[in-house]
Amino acid sequence: MKEYSAFSVLRNAFTGNRDWKPAWRKAEPKPAYDVVIVGGGGHGLATAYYLASEHGLTNVAVLEKGWLGSGNVGRNTTIVRSNYLLPANTAFYEHSMKLWEELSHELNYNVMFSQRGVLNLAHSPSQMDDYARRGNAMRHAGIDAELVSPERIARLVPGLDLSPEARFPVVGGLLQPRGGTARHDAVAWGYARGADRRGVDIIENCEVTGFLREGERVVGVATSRGEIRAAKVAVAVAGSTGQVMKLAGIENLPIESHVLQAFVSEALKPLIDTVITFGAGHLYVSQSDKGGLVFGGDIDGYNSYAQRGNLPVVEDVMSELVALFPGVARVRLLRSWGGIMDMSMDGSPIITTGPLPGMYLNSGWCYGGFKATPASGWCFAWTIARDEPHPLNAAFSLDRFRRGLVIDEKGQGATPRLH
Amino acid sequence: MLIPCPYCGPRDVGEFTYQGDANRVRPALDAPRAEWETFVYERVNTAGPHREHWQHSGGCRAHLTVVRDTLTHHVLSAEFVRPGPVAKAGS
Repeated sequence: MKEYSAFSVLRNAFTGNRDWKPAWRKAEPKPAYDVVIVGGGGHGLATAYYLASEHGLTNVAVLEKGWLGSGNVGRNTTIVRSNYLLPANTAFYEHSMKLWEELSHELNYNVMFSQRGVLNLAHSPSQMDDYARRGNAMRHAGIDAELVSPERIARLVPGLDLSPEARFPVVGGLLQPRGGTARHDAVAWGYARGADRRGVDIIENCEVTGFLREGERVVGVATSRGEIRAAKVAVAVAGSTGQVMKLAGIENLPIESHVLQAFVSEALKPLIDTVITFGAGHLYVSQSDKGGLVFGGDIDGYNSYAQRGNLPVVEDVMSELVALFPGVARVRLLRSWGGIMDMSMDGSPIITTGPLPGMYLNSGWCYGGFKATPASGWCFAWTIARDEPHPLNAAFSLDRFRRGLVIDEKGQGATPRLH
Repeated sequence: MLIPCPYCGPRDVGEFTYQGDANRVRPALDAPRAEWETFVYERVNTAGPHREHWQHSGGCRAHLTVVRDTLTHHVLSAEFVRPGPVAKAGS
């Protein structure tokens, strides 16, 4: 397959754009592979890409129940950041940020990564103290972080209500200038194309219906398109983790599935050129290149596998947006949708070998799977290829709960709906 | 989503507070450590009819056991966690 370049864009423009080839083949499943990855979302595709590019494993299949990228990789609010407090998280997400910064070149695919900055607003002096602590932890780990004053915020975001009469007056904020957004579909398509060019089979409309076993060992999968044997079976299915793992006889996991809603408004002229989070509730908002405000808030808060939510959360999120930007109160909502989050018991992910021999698990992404996509695939590929975790994901083990080594960024305890 | 509170009648989900999976059983205080680990950190995460606790925190404040389909959000039943004599509204 040809490289994309300015020249290829020009040449195809002159020939009526009729000669573009599909970005990946429609592969038919083979009877056996070295590695089968269950789940053709961002993480599964990134895993396949790094297995091929970093570890030379190209006899790999990615199985997707629906069409490629039909799950959370196309349902998130596209925010990328690495502004965490705890060491395991800072190192992992900063690795992801560094991969993001080179991703378009690496994939020869424009993922439209835009480092427009992520600004967390503070609404009380104690919250500023908290941000100073987190910012210091970030800087200590070599990550950019700046405490910003209301005067600077007024210059950064002119539309924001910074008056003392605001419902929750803004007293400052924490800015990560290297944070930003990316075009989420392009991330899935770019990784798919990169993996496909290296020989990986991407098989859509292929639902896994069971696991093939030899004793304890997992030796393949049964699918809606026949049995496929594999030396290694990797599961990266986000909110469907519980359902897929039950097919392997794993009934209990430190995960609950919850629905998270996201929203986009009608297109507006440029209003917000950064990513803003509201500190007195839970809201994150940015403006897309088409002009729509893209935003979201809390999960609905009850177990759910339905990819739609309820109105109380919609009302809550809208009221928070209007509290920050009173000027958008009359703007119409264009669309809303829901995705299923695999909420873990400490709010941190799981990238590990097991829990059965021959099996590998990538899950527990809570709200934060999209920004983790490159590092998740990179670390999961390492874990699969070498049968041991990379130091960057060693802490994200499945047995950390039993061992008392939880990574609880918010300090909420084993209550998944609060992470 | 409406939850039919046995005391107040059908009310909007916004009046209720979710309190989690009702299938979990608290182990005895001297139970083996593994049982406590399972109780605290592991969930069945049912896809389909799910027994769960809700409190009608914005209403009568009763604690309820609700059966709700997690695939559709359809509420199948709601009853008091501890059945017993209940005062009539207004008495």
